[in-house]
Amino acid sequence: MTTEAQIKITPEMIASHGITEGEYQKITKILGREPNFTELGIFSVMWSEHCSYKNSKPILKTFPTEGPNLLVRAGEENAGIVDIGGGLAICFKIESHNHPSAIEPFQGAATGVGGILRDIFTMGSRPILLMNSLRFGKLDDAATQRLFRGVVAGISHYGNCIGVPTLGGEVYFDECYEGNPLVNAMALGIMRTDEIVKGKASGVGNPVYYVGAATGRDGLGGAAFASKELTEESHEDRPAVQVGDPFMEKLLMEACLELIKTDALVGMQDMGAAGLTCSTCETAARGSTGIEIDLEKVPKRESGMIPYEIMLSESQERMLIIARKGHERKVEEIFEKWDLHAVKIGEVKEGHLMRVKNGAEIVAEIPAKALADEGPVYVREEKRPAYLEDAQKLDLASIAVPNDFTAVLKKMLDHPTLASKAWVWKQYDHMVRTDTVFYPGHDAALIRIKDTQKGIAVSTDCNSLYCYLDPFEGGKIAVAESARNVVCSGAKPLAITNCLNFGNPMKPEIFWQFHQAVNGMIASCKALGTPVTGGNVSLYNESPAAAIYPTPTVGMVGLLEDIEKRVPSFFQNEGDLVFLAGDTFEEIGGTQYLMIQHGLKKGLPPRLDLEKEGRLHKFILGMAAEGHLSSCHDLSDGGLALALAESCFDPHAPKGVVIDQLQLAVRGAVREDAVYFGESQSRALLSVKPEFKEEVLKRACENGVPLFQIGCVTGSRICIGDRIQVDVQEALSIYQSAIPRRMAR
Amino acid sequence: MKAAVVVFPGSNCDTDCFSVLSRVMKMDVSYVWHKERTLPKVDLVILPGGFSYGDYLRTGAVARFSPAMESVIKHADEGRLVLGICNGFQILLESGLLPGAMLRNRSLSFVCEHVWLRVEENRSAFTKNLKQGETLCVPIAHGEGNYFCDDDTLKRLQDDSLIAFRYASQTGEVSEAFNPNGSRDSIAGILSGKRNVLGMMPHPERASEPILGYDHGRKIFESLAGA
Repeated sequence: MTTEAQIKITPEMIASHGITEGEYQKITKILGREPNFTELGIFSVMWSEHCSYKNSKPILKTFPTEGPNLLVRAGEENAGIVDIGGGLAICFKIESHNHPSAIEPFQGAATGVGGILRDIFTMGSRPILLMNSLRFGKLDDAATQRLFRGVVAGISHYGNCIGVPTLGGEVYFDECYEGNPLVNAMALGIMRTDEIVKGKASGVGNPVYYVGAATGRDGLGGAAFASKELTEESHEDRPAVQVGDPFMEKLLMEACLELIKTDALVGMQDMGAAGLTCSTCETAARGSTGIEIDLEKVPKRESGMIPYEIMLSESQERMLIIARKGHERKVEEIFEKWDLHAVKIGEVKEGHLMRVKNGAEIVAEIPAKALADEGPVYVREEKRPAYLEDAQKLDLASIAVPNDFTAVLKKMLDHPTLASKAWVWKQYDHMVRTDTVFYPGHDAALIRIKDTQKGIAVSTDCNSLYCYLDPFEGGKIAVAESARNVVCSGAKPLAITNCLNFGNPMKPEIFWQFHQAVNGMIASCKALGTPVTGGNVSLYNESPAAAIYPTPTVGMVGLLEDIEKRVPSFFQNEGDLVFLAGDTFEEIGGTQYLMIQHGLKKGLPPRLDLEKEGRLHKFILGMAAEGHLSSCHDLSDGGLALALAESCFDPHAPKGVVIDQLQLAVRGAVREDAVYFGESQSRALLSVKPEFKEEVLKRACENGVPLFQIGCVTGSRICIGDRIQVDVQEALSIYQSAIPRRMAR
Repeated sequence: MKAAVVVFPGSNCDTDCFSVLSRVMKMDVSYVWHKERTLPKVDLVILPGGFSYGDYLRTGAVARFSPAMESVIKHADEGRLVLGICNGFQILLESGLLPGAMLRNRSLSFVCEHVWLRVEENRSAFTKNLKQGETLCVPIAHGEGNYFCDDDTLKRLQDDSLIAFRYASQTGEVSEAFNPNGSRDSIAGILSGKRNVLGMMPHPERASEPILGYDHGRKIFESLAGA
């Protein structure tokens, strides 16, 4: 029998692990010798883009990560932590599971949810909400329908079973995601500030425990797989997709959260990407210690697994726990209570080595810090893509103003990207934990925190067409719009997490998009005072046809100090006055209107003035705190007409609206279609009781926010200017049936 | 009124039920771990929703073998109150405390939404504060809530007035159009022969505070509080 130590490392083997010649030299320098087969595998996963961020690190470092409320900063731990006062903190993160979902949509999406939940409870916080951002090809395509159905079912399966409410998010359909869907899952947890757990190994002699599910061959090399472009052959990579068991995760979560209440815990780290390898070397690297584990003790589900496989497996629902010496019994008792494995597999050692044994034999010995933190870093070449030249050009004169705006609105309401997503979120348990105050369909999801007055608002957002046409402006808008969503619910934006989905970074044009988008996000984060607490980068999102649009998804989190001051997105009262806040310009480039009505994905997307945006936020938050707003809804995809229709669509009590003073809201000459469907930024729709009219106008003036009274909430029709007349029920029925109609079995 | 909420591995509405009873109803309530053989001395036992034992085999099928369920069955046999919600209802069916079985939803998908229920029977500790025929808005959240029973059982449930709630329109019209899962005779909840056990798919604990949208479910807990 050949043992792994005897396997000769060949240049082909190195290449097939995705390791370059330069990287291999670096490995031999770190080790002072050639690596063996197991070590080669360990380096390949730790130095994959997914784990090391080798291609994106120099850019990611430029994100603002400082803020007055930040208890743990981005990059220090699995997820950033934000203080929300009253001895409470929240912890949140968004992460991609794009490639697995493309291959096996149900399990790919399900394990994406499982992974992000572990990132949250590994910090000692109880997950209290899930959101997601999903992007698929055109929904009229049968392959897309299969992916869409599978992804939604996978998310629903995992989230529902574990009992964390999934509060929607966003769903886009565009042919750029054909064959390469995006599945970005976000989780948020809450904890007491004195219960923060670090993913750190410290205290020489402290035992290292393996808890949770047994290790199998599933997900072998998943991190390396996620760092490759999808090709026709990718479907043969199916074993690299993990299989999830939400029941196991529920038990694991409860056991871990019970453990943090004891004094037996030193550190905790989930086994996500790169499994046992990553958790072992990262805990040791953070604690500046050595660590030693014995693979013979690792619970296994399959026989004959070699060290290489055990170290690289991405079996789900597993955690690594560093316990306090002498408290072993307490740890074991808690896991026994939940009928889980808790096996001591090693201990914290002096020095700096990660030593992996298989019984008596040492199968890997690598300096932990070098492996975890000193991976290669590349500054990639950038080049402005040639497509922009043509794509940004838009000759407005050649675009005819449609005759029938009502028909345009109906067409937009029937577009799956703009239509109601109830088909999706009704499959998610969005109410469990009895804290959900704003259901999906609102600008932001809102949950209360029991036994306090506080609420947490969350929005995920990214308009990738904007990012395709102008990555800098698109990145800016992704942050600003998600902040605006949170503000519209009455909550103050605190911080963001992001999931940066891009194509192959080796292509200078793609890297340029990436850099530009990040710069745009930074501009908004700085201006709006919302630092980045962490997130994830997903590169190589390309199908055989082309790269996806640059998609830097933002997860914005806001705090509502007094939940009673929340503001719904829907019109509430007959007779309320309707105001438009913000200026409307002739901005049609990159709009949903231009795409849906004219079939064009062209032009410069709308411009965002961050000062204006900030003033709008201040004004809305002030009015919300005074209780003067009956409803508030931001203007985004589809512009004013769509925002008005959506505001009428309270699922439990639809309302009508008459907009008869539209001309007052437009300063200067603006084409009529731009007034109705343009997507000028920094705008919101407010409804206000007549008695607050003067006060609201006065405050807008003081804040330097243009505010126009344009109509009132009344009747059962949507009447906008001279151009749109439709029955609310008819419009609502188009809006609600667009996706179910296409998904009918 | 003293109450206990049984916690199975995979229960996920246990804290929600506990919260309504303690925080909203100010009841004396405790948790019972599924491995415990004896129940504390209580008047009401709640079997909460969730995915007990991961819903392996069938929903609720494994939970009925847990040590705590032996005591729950005894508690019910003694005529004391048991309320099973969602997965708890499924456990009641599997353990034989209530007749019938659950099938997958007609749509084959999990569904979470507010539905309207018509109160069919107010002669029970759970429903005594409700009016016959009144409608309640309460959410459902399940993949297997399609109640099924044979003809004889259905006839007995109907004849003995043991159907507590049916899915209906807001105005109380019962028809397939308002049946969210395809359940037989639009059944949303049933009582045991002695009327001390209620199983229901909708979640009253999710509709017991105005901030959550509706508080119609609270009437069930108020009925119990006064029982």
